[in-house]
Amino acid sequence: MDAVDGNAIGGLLREVFDAEMTTTVSVCGSCGTARQVGELAVYAHAPGTVVRCPSCDNVLMVFVTIHDRTCVDLMGLASLG
Amino acid sequence: MAGTALRGRLTWQVAKVLAVSAETPSVRTIMLDVPGWPGHQAGQHVDIRLTDEDGYVAERSYSIASAPGEPVALTVERLDDGEVSPYLTDELRAGDELELRGPIGGYFVWEPEDGGPLLLLAGGSGIVPLRSILRHRERTGSTVPVRLVYSSRTLDDVIYRGELDKPAEGVEVIHTLTRHQPPGWAGYARRVDAGLLAEVAWPASMMPLAYVCGPTSFVEAASQALVRSGDQPQRVKTERFGGTGGT
Repeated sequence: MDAVDGNAIGGLLREVFDAEMTTTVSVCGSCGTARQVGELAVYAHAPGTVVRCPSCDNVLMVFVTIHDRTCVDLMGLASLG
Repeated sequence: MAGTALRGRLTWQVAKVLAVSAETPSVRTIMLDVPGWPGHQAGQHVDIRLTDEDGYVAERSYSIASAPGEPVALTVERLDDGEVSPYLTDELRAGDELELRGPIGGYFVWEPEDGGPLLLLAGGSGIVPLRSILRHRERTGSTVPVRLVYSSRTLDDVIYRGELDKPAEGVEVIHTLTRHQPPGWAGYARRVDAGLLAEVAWPASMMPLAYVCGPTSFVEAASQALVRSGDQPQRVKTERFGGTGGT
């Protein structure tokens, strides 16, 4: 499945973090590459939304929403913001 | 805290459809009245939410086609297997209501002070946020030089054709038609790749600011070609919308 950019989850991220996040800098916990969230690779068709590092493909963030509750996993990030 | 809106909180709201107009056989522009709209930046998008009678919810993002200061307009391409776009292009009428939230996004936006020269690369309906940028440039009196390279399948698939035929001063519009060209077509008839960009893009030495929007395969090919030709990666902004789309 084709990836889209982090721009596409700007709304979801606003919901979770209550802030505009697409220009926030994320650092990959695997390869250390720093990128703005808007540049990350987003797979929105998985069961949930999977965000990967465009450099090393490491899973950075996972969001799963069921009945208006969103489960967030940020384990793949070294830092965000 | 129920009912208390936190500052900056993005909430779903109901917009009213003012008008729907045809851009191409499969593309419609939807003008909206959004109560309390805080204003947007060129390049931002909204999320649209459709709720089925049985409670099934489908959500999609659509770029804003209008410039900041203009009423919110969305331009939507019908995807035959889409869950949301066929409703928006075929069913929606003036007076209908539509649930949306926005504006969203700070990455793929342009303001006059960001400067240029601007290289705008559009594949199919990837033209939509770039049209907002073009209108914003004109409305703010910016003189930043712009080249728009717009890839469509056929001439009939070109969105905003009338508007793009009369570009503002300092804006060059370069069309390429990848599938069918009318007799006597003087524009390009090839995909946007390194070879085409070598002919039409600003030289890397001018430090252009590039915005690339379209189907994922289009954006990958075009943005990689720009970076390989020496453009700085941080000055190449991309917005992929997945799928194959009409390029």
